[in-house]
Amino acid sequence: MTTPPTPPTPLRHTHHTRRTRPTAHLATGVTHALLAVWALLSTVPLLWALISAFKDNRELFGNPWRLPSAWHADNFTRAWSKASIGDYFVNTLVVVFGALALTMILGSMVAYVLARFTFPGSRLIYYTFVAGMAFPVVLALVPLFFIVKSLGLLGSYQGLILVYTAYALPFTVFFLTSFFRTLPTAVAEAALIDGASQEAIFFRVMLPMAKPGLLSVGIFNFLGMWNQYLLPVALNTDRDKYVLSQGLASLSSQQGYEADWSALFAGLVIAAVPVIALYLMLQRRIQAGLTVGMLK
Amino acid sequence: MNHGKTRIILLFLALPLTLYAVLVVSPYAQAFQISLTSWSGFTAGKPFVGFDNFQRLFQDPDFWQALAHNGLLLLVVPLVTIVLGLFFAAMLNVGGSGGKVAGVRGSAFYRRVYFLPHILPVVITAVLWQFIYNPQIGLLNGGLEAIGLGGLAHSWLGDPTVALWALIGVLVWAGVGFYVVLFSAAMQSIPKDIFEAAELDGAGRFQTLTRITLPLLRETVQVAWIYLGIHALDAFALFMVLAPSGGPDNSTMVLSQYLYLSAFQKGHFGYATAIGVLLSLLSLLMTALTFGTSRKKTTIEF
Repeated sequence: MTTPPTPPTPLRHTHHTRRTRPTAHLATGVTHALLAVWALLSTVPLLWALISAFKDNRELFGNPWRLPSAWHADNFTRAWSKASIGDYFVNTLVVVFGALALTMILGSMVAYVLARFTFPGSRLIYYTFVAGMAFPVVLALVPLFFIVKSLGLLGSYQGLILVYTAYALPFTVFFLTSFFRTLPTAVAEAALIDGASQEAIFFRVMLPMAKPGLLSVGIFNFLGMWNQYLLPVALNTDRDKYVLSQGLASLSSQQGYEADWSALFAGLVIAAVPVIALYLMLQRRIQAGLTVGMLK
Repeated sequence: MNHGKTRIILLFLALPLTLYAVLVVSPYAQAFQISLTSWSGFTAGKPFVGFDNFQRLFQDPDFWQALAHNGLLLLVVPLVTIVLGLFFAAMLNVGGSGGKVAGVRGSAFYRRVYFLPHILPVVITAVLWQFIYNPQIGLLNGGLEAIGLGGLAHSWLGDPTVALWALIGVLVWAGVGFYVVLFSAAMQSIPKDIFEAAELDGAGRFQTLTRITLPLLRETVQVAWIYLGIHALDAFALFMVLAPSGGPDNSTMVLSQYLYLSAFQKGHFGYATAIGVLLSLLSLLMTALTFGTSRKKTTIEF
């Protein structure tokens, strides 16, 4: 992503450097210093949490800048089993992957139909989805709570999966509709003449072609769902079904009573690892996936 | 091309539209209706009270305090985040010593590192900062003492005069990296010959930045402003974890949190929903204002 420096023409070069070299060097030095400061600000808190996760409680209350004298890996096993982080982790996996799969399939079906066909009400449907992005979710919270309650889905995996999906649909539909519009239809038309059904064309021809778009919006949705706090905190009141964000928040508010700080640090690391690992693997794609929604 | 068209439309829309109507459209629609009732949630009826809730809201000092906090967030968070984001993006993309068009060495590394805080789930960020601000084990007080500034040590989240600023700091910390990447992408889409022409015309580094780069980024900055503003109006997760009941003396209470606490702790569902309606109007108004002002000016195409 770095731009290769363009070599200036020799004539201009000599003329230029004589005048600007000392200040340019100073400016570059200052630039690097400032950039490094923010790089430290971005990473030191994370490294500190990682290192603290290996300290015992006594050392945690000592100098926060010192390394642990012994590395306590048992903090992690205690966090995983005793503090239930393991259960929360599994709950999160079930809910996030269930909702992600459902969102991608339903979202791409709607987007495809809206992108390929015009029919009475198609524009209304499209704009109803777009409008869904404009309102803050917190407005819907109270009625949503009672709807989910009346469906008997409070504190259940199914309830959370359906709700996550419903609230991920607007952006997914919006993004994929414009994506499907850019795809060529020649192959689909040929397949139709050969007698393939519209549904088969969608699954066998168009969906594979839409892979890059699906991946971008999939990453976007995955991070959003892994991140979700407002919806579970209102709808997922059963402690056994807590997702990671809820579990961590409630653990951190209980530390005043139980005082197992080191397990909490370890829990924090366990919860952060999947997201950071995914980021390090797919760094470029994630940055593109997250910014693409705004540049469109 | 119409063979099987009706069937696929019905087949593909039925389930998602039902889901969307039941779980998204209907709650939003109901919210507007509930905001006109004095419903406490567990009674069967929803007594209609007209605009009573809104009238009471306007006389409620807690509401005004929360609104003021949101107002401060709305002003400070986008401003600081965008200024820092633009600054670092400019450094990374046009701050190099190989001419005004070049990025500094290691800019890909910086972008990767800056983005890390943004990628963390909000609750993790919140718990992390709870530790950092903790007066006993915290990194911040420890760090201040280590460099001889122990006098500045604080109970950051416990002191009503600094708590809100401590939270603003976290929002900025988590946000900047995203905008560095966003603005970098926008800067890189500016054709290089524009910079080269400016260089030929004798424009300095600073002039190039203020006269060329920034004006060309105006639209991206506007979108960033809306996005950050909507974020600042929400900010629910961070505030709920770092200051669960609105902070010391309600000093960090924001509207989304006031809504949640009114509804799910006090059972004032009608009242809470009225807060939600006002909050939505605010965010819609902000979006409209930002887009409204941008339409008037001409945009440059390249």
